[in-house]
Amino acid sequence: MGYRIGIDVGGTNTDAVIVDDDLNLVESIKTPTTTDVTTGIFNALSGVLKKSGIDKDKITYAMLGTTHCTNAIVERKRLCKVGIIRIGKPASAAISAMSDWPVDLKEAVSDNYFLVSGGHEFDGREISPLDEDEIRTVAKSLKGKVDTIAVTSVFSFVSSDHEKRAAQILREELGDIPISLSHEIGSLGLLERENATILNSALTDVAKTTALSFKEGLSREGVNNAKVYLCQNDGTLMSVDYAVKYPILTIACGPTNSIRGASFLSKKSDAIVLDVGGTTSDIGVIVNGFPRESSLAVTIGGARTNFRMPDLISIGLGGGTIIQEKDGEIQVGPQSVGYRITEEALVFGGKTLTATDIAVRLGIARVGDPRKVSHIDEGFAKRAFDKMMLLVSDNIDKMKLSNEDATVILVGGGSILIGDELAGVSEIIRPENFAVANALGSAIAQVSGQVELVYKLDTISREAALEETKKAAINEAIKAGADPSTIKIVEVEDVPLAYLPGNATRIRAKAAGDLASN
Amino acid sequence: MRKIDEQAVEDIALGAALLGTGGGGDPYIGKLMAKQAIAEYGPVTLLSPDEVPEDALVVPSAMMGAPTVLVEKLMNGEELIRSFKGLENYLGKKIYATFPIEAGGVNSMIPFVVAARMGIPVIDADGMGRAFPELQMLTFHLAGLNATPMVLSDEKGNDIIFNTINNYFTENAARSAVVLMGGSATLSIYPMTGKDVKEHGVTGIVSFAEKIGKGIKESRKNGQNPIEVLQQLTGGFELFRGKVVDVLRKTEGGFNRGEAVIEGVESYKDETLVVEFQNENLIARKGEKILATTPDLICMVNLETCIPFTTEALKYGQRVLVLGIPCDPKFRTPKGIETVGPRYFKYDVDYVPIEELMKGDGK
Repeated sequence: MGYRIGIDVGGTNTDAVIVDDDLNLVESIKTPTTTDVTTGIFNALSGVLKKSGIDKDKITYAMLGTTHCTNAIVERKRLCKVGIIRIGKPASAAISAMSDWPVDLKEAVSDNYFLVSGGHEFDGREISPLDEDEIRTVAKSLKGKVDTIAVTSVFSFVSSDHEKRAAQILREELGDIPISLSHEIGSLGLLERENATILNSALTDVAKTTALSFKEGLSREGVNNAKVYLCQNDGTLMSVDYAVKYPILTIACGPTNSIRGASFLSKKSDAIVLDVGGTTSDIGVIVNGFPRESSLAVTIGGARTNFRMPDLISIGLGGGTIIQEKDGEIQVGPQSVGYRITEEALVFGGKTLTATDIAVRLGIARVGDPRKVSHIDEGFAKRAFDKMMLLVSDNIDKMKLSNEDATVILVGGGSILIGDELAGVSEIIRPENFAVANALGSAIAQVSGQVELVYKLDTISREAALEETKKAAINEAIKAGADPSTIKIVEVEDVPLAYLPGNATRIRAKAAGDLASN
Repeated sequence: MRKIDEQAVEDIALGAALLGTGGGGDPYIGKLMAKQAIAEYGPVTLLSPDEVPEDALVVPSAMMGAPTVLVEKLMNGEELIRSFKGLENYLGKKIYATFPIEAGGVNSMIPFVVAARMGIPVIDADGMGRAFPELQMLTFHLAGLNATPMVLSDEKGNDIIFNTINNYFTENAARSAVVLMGGSATLSIYPMTGKDVKEHGVTGIVSFAEKIGKGIKESRKNGQNPIEVLQQLTGGFELFRGKVVDVLRKTEGGFNRGEAVIEGVESYKDETLVVEFQNENLIARKGEKILATTPDLICMVNLETCIPFTTEALKYGQRVLVLGIPCDPKFRTPKGIETVGPRYFKYDVDYVPIEELMKGDGK
């Protein structure tokens, strides 16, 4: 029997689990997240290995879901210098690249932006031909000045020809430099897609060093036979090579891992997942076993982007959330004692009234010493609790697609403070091992491929267009490391594009499958 | 006369999102263009219509096309100038100032790009006081002005001069030309005199948008209730507060038709409001009871932040405040109602001014 290690980095804790080939949980551990993130990963790794005592040679897969990329953008550190090329002249000159970015992020990422001729119309006609000499000139002026290049062409999701040709020319001139192409990253909306592509390009080194140091950490612990994967934010895995090409897809993989873990533990493939941590709670939706994607622009580090992200709401309620009364009104957070809960909450002998204390006072949670909260007025505790639950049920409601009552799966260390009844919820499921759902989500992850193409249904039948898109998605999944015999199409969506003639339709398909055996 | 800088542009864009009544395109792209033009060429002068010589040639500026194209194939900037120079050449006269045809949505911003680049002022007026989807839906059309001569330009260098017999023909012809040009184009349209804009325009609308934007923004900073601030500023009627429980959409003839079903909260509990929209919100009704119809403005904003919603962004679960604002009186004539009333948009409903519909029902 072989084993898999799954690790997930959260804001408060870094969790690790070991599962066997049949995905049974063998061992788990929770360790504090460290400022540098990497040390916490190593602590969790060595801790879970020690606790389990399994034969390290039998570990065949190691998966890591980490916040390295998000942190790098938020802190503006360790980012590559990016050469930015937009293909679309004469269109699009009226708004330069990064024009809406915070100044410090802009300075950390790039001072090299070029607008060149080319790009396409919505129907695939060229706006202007690609000027190959112009690109060679740009390449020469970028030489030695940038670490990576981001290329964005107008309507590249309709035709990616100009982006691909530009990449060839850049490689001829500059050798093996990492290049991010926008049609592989984002969708409609030039600025948002360009922003996502630039950020992706800027994260190349972060992804590389994260993967390398994870590999080193594994071999230091004597794990030498494991294939290494990073978690991406759709609940599937990517190989190290893939992660270095698409690092931005790791952003928000933590909440995604919780959602997938919750689905796995409860055996539900359609539900709302509430993950309660120490400071915040995330609410996500699982559809057909995978997280629902957000349809709106998502702002990262101050830049508007439109790459694939899970649809999430984060609310300021966790186990350590501080409860106060001001002018007769009860205030729930958003301040929290966070990971210091075991010292500061009343039930643990501390001095701060937290959400956990309220839940213990009402007999909903059983942790710490209930005598230390018996002095709290029951009426007050009830009012505070109602307010906490209203915050939760209101936000659960925002994630629903219809007025029907939902099934909610509760996970995360702080989930003990949620009562047995929530407005608009028909069923609350509290799976076993709820506290490590996130690391489990990482250990059980599949691999996938996704494509988005625009067709004019005047020239191709809808069925043929769907078939072609699905095939392309399956090919992507195989490239990502999936066993072809297990691949299934998990998502197909076609959206007619308003205002455009020729029945233009955007079709998106995603395929996922089990990891190919070694 | 005063100067409009990048900050003022931010405020105007936020107010324009409200006046867009759900349509008009996201002002975000327009705002970035205006800011870049002002950063490059300096602040823009805003003139009250009274400050414009009566015989001066003044020309509204706008862009036309599919919202999906506008966010992908951004403008060059120079095509706007060609639209203007083209018209100047055709008429043999210098253009004194520009202004928006519609104060709502992305077109609220285009005149600032033109003005900054050409060094001419913007006039504090438009031809709608809101957003509408077609070229004849302007107060200037109601006053008998011709939209042409008009110049339509694309970023590739194509300029088309239109000289037509009526504004409906212009709308149809321009719509076809825009598709040929790649789904978006710029235009100089309705050339008129300073006297025309003062008499037939919706005056003071740019300042009004700015005031709304500033009000929403500052109420958040000052801890005031943004909804109260908004109502005070607009003189609007609160129509409803609720949660979006369903959004039905279909695309017909290039336009999005749909309806949003909103379930009441707070004092509207157990009531349901339906807002029918095409690109803009056009009708608000409780069951059979009509609360407001086009051309009066029906605006939806986030119940907490007061940030306006476009119809494209509406989805289940959003908490909205629905606000009805009286339209400019120029639309309340038989010709006005024929041009932009509910029947033009194929609803079997008669127009009644919102003030009358709200008698004894306003909250």
